[in-house]
Amino acid sequence: MVFEKDLNLDATELRLGLPGSSEESLRISNKRALPDMNDDSGVAVAKKCDQETAPPTKAQVVGWPPIRSYRKNSLQTKKTEAETGGMYVKVSMDGAPYLRKIDLKVYKGYPELFKALEDMFKFKVGKYSEREGYNGSEFVPTYEDKDGDWMLVGDVPWEMFINACKRLRIVRGSEARGLGCVV
Amino acid sequence: MQKEMAYSFPDEVLKHVFTFIQSDEDRNAVSLVCKSWYEIERWCRRKVFIGNCYAVSPRMVIRRFPEVRSIELKGKPHFADFNLVPDGWGGYVLQWIAEMAGAYPWLGEIRLKRMVVTDESLELIAKSFKNFKVLVLFSCEGFSTDGLAAIAASCKNLRELDLRESEVDDLSGHWLAHFPETCTSLVSLNISCLGSDEVSFSALERLVDRCPNLRSLQLNRGVTLDKIANILRRAPQLVDFGTGNYAAELQPDVFSNLAGAFSSCKELKSLSGFWDVVPAYLPALYSICPRLTSLNLSYATIQSPDLIKLVSHCPRLQRLLVLDYVEDSGLEELASSCKDLQELRVFPSDPFGAEPNVSLTEQGLVAVSLGCPKLQSVLYFCRRMSNAALVTIAQNCPNLTCFRLCIIEPKTADYLTLEPLDAGFGAIVEHCKDLRRLSLSGLLTDHVFEYIGTYGKKLEMLSVAFAGDSDLGLHHVLSGCESLRKLEIRDCPFGDKALLANAAKLETMRSLWMSSCAVSFGACKLLGQKMPKLNVEVIDETEPPDSRPESYPVDKLYIYRSVAGPRFDMPPFVWSMDEAVKILH
Repeated sequence: MVFEKDLNLDATELRLGLPGSSEESLRISNKRALPDMNDDSGVAVAKKCDQETAPPTKAQVVGWPPIRSYRKNSLQTKKTEAETGGMYVKVSMDGAPYLRKIDLKVYKGYPELFKALEDMFKFKVGKYSEREGYNGSEFVPTYEDKDGDWMLVGDVPWEMFINACKRLRIVRGSEARGLGCVV
Repeated sequence: MQKEMAYSFPDEVLKHVFTFIQSDEDRNAVSLVCKSWYEIERWCRRKVFIGNCYAVSPRMVIRRFPEVRSIELKGKPHFADFNLVPDGWGGYVLQWIAEMAGAYPWLGEIRLKRMVVTDESLELIAKSFKNFKVLVLFSCEGFSTDGLAAIAASCKNLRELDLRESEVDDLSGHWLAHFPETCTSLVSLNISCLGSDEVSFSALERLVDRCPNLRSLQLNRGVTLDKIANILRRAPQLVDFGTGNYAAELQPDVFSNLAGAFSSCKELKSLSGFWDVVPAYLPALYSICPRLTSLNLSYATIQSPDLIKLVSHCPRLQRLLVLDYVEDSGLEELASSCKDLQELRVFPSDPFGAEPNVSLTEQGLVAVSLGCPKLQSVLYFCRRMSNAALVTIAQNCPNLTCFRLCIIEPKTADYLTLEPLDAGFGAIVEHCKDLRRLSLSGLLTDHVFEYIGTYGKKLEMLSVAFAGDSDLGLHHVLSGCESLRKLEIRDCPFGDKALLANAAKLETMRSLWMSSCAVSFGACKLLGQKMPKLNVEVIDETEPPDSRPESYPVDKLYIYRSVAGPRFDMPPFVWSMDEAVKILH
């Protein structure tokens, strides 16, 4: 079986670079530097996807093996509470067109949670006080608890909060007045 | 209207003839014959299937087909199933519902897959379509039991409500009680995806009681074993039944009640559910096993000996879904007992464990291929494979239409020869001439793609992960696979060359997904520029692709053909390469 060792790019109309130029100045390597899929910091770490390197350690690769999450979850509920996966809750923000999901177990307390929300939705939480709620911010974080009530985030101890919280909603300060917040 | 020619049929006759033409392909062919056939056909098309909701706009569909009664839409790419598509990507159905509410008052059936469906959408469906009969939400999300309550309350002639594999927000179990007492039309109800608290059992019992045509019922995990008998006695006409939990302390009266209830279901052919199985209750099924054609035990953590016993009672089995607890020995029993087997799926019980926890190898699949000549569809997770085994399977099962093999550790070589598995998969595509769907795994070089391009002429969907050496691999597939519709690739060293050289091919396909490959931002822009009928979307959650050099590879790339132009509901982490779309960030 004869097959071409090289692709004849000149025969195709598409090329990289401006029309009229004959040689692309960019060199595209076929061996790509893979960003670290488990890297949270957002900086791509170069890793060779070379077959000669040792196989990756047992850090989980996203989406591999290809099993639906409801299947994984149904296997997981056999294990003890302590071993189960994260506590994912949906987060919505007034005016934002899409929702996000976060794992509450990942954060150690309210400051970390707020930092993550601020990064995700590009807003500022404002200063919390027990008496006045969140001061100095247009947006206020609230959550729906197990009884279906909407509560202000921050009033109860962190552990109690993550066990009670079903979903988060970042409301406009003006709508949060009933929750004891001053805008 | 054109002047009637002496030899042509009146429109009424043609319209009547066209009603016998049901398949989309045939209807499309009919519409291309001439202008008057196009006109007649478009007015009498009742059913539309849209494989990619962004390929066309609701307005365009409505304009061409004004009298649609049934619509099917698919949203997110398949890899969304494995968390590769970030939340918020898209696939919202609301706009479709809103436009169809005005245009199709008689719309009776909506089937959605991988779409975001809000309560607002469900409420709009409930309000807008007086003749609504069928709602199928397959792998959808974004709605709660409030939306379901609206559907239950308003849809007086609802026949099918199927929520399979969807993610539903648990708000209250009482939505079922919203089905009015006058609702007796249900034929199919699948609530298997709901959590424990989401179903009011007494409302369910009453509903089942008053729906004599109920043929298919899938309960959720929260329904306990002792309740099954009650349901079955109310619905002995069931053909397809999904249990909830199948676990309880063994009590003779519960057992005999259950066995009796099952035996009264003379039409029962398909079983599923079986979360948390207590093996001692499996014999309660023995009376119906001889009639069973489909059995889904893929949540049942029962061991091989119990599985063997059960399967040996099911000689008519055509479809089996099971966990790898079945082991090679269980599959050997399957091969000797179930000669009608057409579809087999074996899922991993411990996918993230470093060492195998069960004795399931390639031998099990080889045994089934030998013993089950009608085998057509395979999904198999295992930890080792050999070229020899794949060649044997290919030769034993030339009628395979779907072959999906997942060797759990990426880039695993043939365990006997330590070679790549190119030859094995090559044999599959060569012998299985009707193969329509293929998923690859294990150690693979560009050669496997050469085989696929050469022999995979009927291949419509290909899934590739951690495979190949160079652009040549991708080029073989794009240039050779004539029937290719969907191609999804992750973690392969495929870059710009093959993609750009085969750009025109992309317009003949539904979609291409590439993530963690080597396609540069520059190439994406070029494709977007040169191919106006393609939507080229770059997905990157960390930073905008234009904040880096053009030669830098993009994280994820999704390309699909569209006559609707670029979409405008993209979240901030999706960039359209269409020149007309300004990048506002």
